[in-house]
Amino acid sequence: MTASDPSGAEGGLDPRSPLAVRGLTVTYGEKPALFSLDATFPAGRMSAIVGPNGAGKSTFLKAALDLIPRVSGEVTVFGRPVDQVRDRIAYVPQRASVDWDFPTTAIDVVLMGLYGRLGLWRRITGGHRDQARTCLDRVGMADFADRQIGQLSGGQQQRVFLARALAQEADLYLLDEPFAGVDAATERAIIDVLKSLKDEGRSVIAVHHDLSTVPQYFDHVLLINLRRVAEGPIAEAFTPETLTKAYGGRLAATQLDRLALSAS
Amino acid sequence: MQGIWAALTLQAGYNAGLVAIGATLLGFAAGAAGAFLFLRKRALVSDAVAHATLPGVGLAFIAMVLMGGDGRSLLGLLLGSAISAWLGLLAVEWISRKTRLPEDAAIGAVLSSFFGLGIVLLTIIQSMSAGRQAGLESFLLGSTAGMLRQDAILIAVAGSVVVGLVWLLRRPMTLVAFDAQYAAARGVNLRRVDLAMMGLVMAVTVIGLKLVGLILIVAMLIIPPVTARFWTERADRVVWLAGGVGAVAGYVGAALSASAPDLPTGPIIVLVSAALFVLSLFFSPARGVAAAFQARRRFQTRVHRRQGLLSLSRSEPIHDPLTLRILKGEGLIRPDGVATEDGLAQAAKIARDERRWEVARAVHHDTALTGRYDGLTPIEDVFTPDEIEDFDTRIGGLRVVAGSA
Repeated sequence: MTASDPSGAEGGLDPRSPLAVRGLTVTYGEKPALFSLDATFPAGRMSAIVGPNGAGKSTFLKAALDLIPRVSGEVTVFGRPVDQVRDRIAYVPQRASVDWDFPTTAIDVVLMGLYGRLGLWRRITGGHRDQARTCLDRVGMADFADRQIGQLSGGQQQRVFLARALAQEADLYLLDEPFAGVDAATERAIIDVLKSLKDEGRSVIAVHHDLSTVPQYFDHVLLINLRRVAEGPIAEAFTPETLTKAYGGRLAATQLDRLALSAS
Repeated sequence: MQGIWAALTLQAGYNAGLVAIGATLLGFAAGAAGAFLFLRKRALVSDAVAHATLPGVGLAFIAMVLMGGDGRSLLGLLLGSAISAWLGLLAVEWISRKTRLPEDAAIGAVLSSFFGLGIVLLTIIQSMSAGRQAGLESFLLGSTAGMLRQDAILIAVAGSVVVGLVWLLRRPMTLVAFDAQYAAARGVNLRRVDLAMMGLVMAVTVIGLKLVGLILIVAMLIIPPVTARFWTERADRVVWLAGGVGAVAGYVGAALSASAPDLPTGPIIVLVSAALFVLSLFFSPARGVAAAFQARRRFQTRVHRRQGLLSLSRSEPIHDPLTLRILKGEGLIRPDGVATEDGLAQAAKIARDERRWEVARAVHHDTALTGRYDGLTPIEDVFTPDEIEDFDTRIGGLRVVAGSA
């Protein structure tokens, strides 16, 4: 890791953490979406960002990446300001954000993951195409390389976007609701890939909405609802108490029991 | 006819040849630059840019006259048009960024304001002593009458620069057009890429002013990419194909207009590209209207055929005239509506497949496969023969249970 001495502005945030924020506040108009949030994600782990609808989960990722302006707060990625380390970050946005009729095929989308290394001048060679195919193969989409993306199912589209992120060979993977609206086979394929990324020593942070799979998929959790409710290893931070705090009355007692069981 | 041929082979005279070459290069540059505008879904911005050139033309003329020149220097006029187009562009961008107005409203406001100002300036120039012969109206619809060698050279040089920059910026522009969020996360400066794209469009507009005029330049930017889109599913091909369509339209249009007196070049070029567009619209194999119509008919036939056969298998009467026509056409029922032997056999097969699907959906674990049931997809396309055999055993088993009960 190249964590050089962090500058004064970032003093205090853990330079080893793939993503650390302090005092992050984001507002839409004058209504806060996140308020004075602190978080420090561990390196080489799979972390979930969990919270009820409208708790600011996607907003958190976007603000951390400087995609939306923040009112206050510091963000470091591997101890550096985001703009200095964008090469090491791969972001998988929510699926809904693109036009599905855009003239591009699955493999073209994955090749976009290589644009950073290609720069403006270099030509796309057979080697690059092979690399892109390998990434498609990792998510089980090799057979669909030449399909226009609108002709793929929701789950297949999600896998193509994950393949694009894989092509970046980043150290930090940020995923916004990767399992939303996908079929069971896709969910399995995605989680396998994410686990293999972890095994390679990379860090994965995903916004996640399905509470029942949190203990099974993730090591670390950030529970938010406008503010940070709890953060830490699953066993400590993902408990009936913290969940009740985050979700209020929205979770039934039986649900909490079941979750507590699966967490222990 | 001979006139057209002469023009197409660049033998219709020096001026016509210059115009044809200029129009070809301009067409290519406009098509390629316009393609990104189209992919970014901001086609209308080009309209604002084009109309915003007019006050610049007027002001440049007045400024040059006041400085003692004759005011008709093309370079000076184009420089003025570029500056005011750029201001118009920034105005659109600023309004849609700082207010809640959608971009199309900002475009409408800027376009008409600048154009109105431009017309007022042209009227004032008409009343100036130096302005009577200025011929600035030709910037509205273009004019090739006075096309000079240096005009053609200007188009050639500027057009090549535009094409070179389109090539250089193809990746960031594609990334932003397809998935702006992802591009921003990668560190692409969206605003700068968008302004660069608009800058290219502006450059094409300015160099095209003399030839096709500000009202029709929009057509040269937009029609080629939408035409190209009918023929490919890949963004890079849309860009270069659009350049090709633009070049062909420019060349053929210029040649046609040279082949007869009083045929205006700009409008003819636009009509040629419109013709290519209409042809693509109807006959593109993947996205054309004819293909879509045919696909719909085929699908409708499949649905009606299957519904009819299901009715036959259940011995239900068929009333739908299209279903009856399809079944009769295929010899599945006799003219009097009674099922033929072939019809009964096919009906039995379809009924069996329906039962297989029912079992499959009840017992098979992979929802991605069972989810493909839609009443039309043949079960053999989804499951292996082994799996289907397994379903059949279960159907047999079910029968036994039903029989023993």
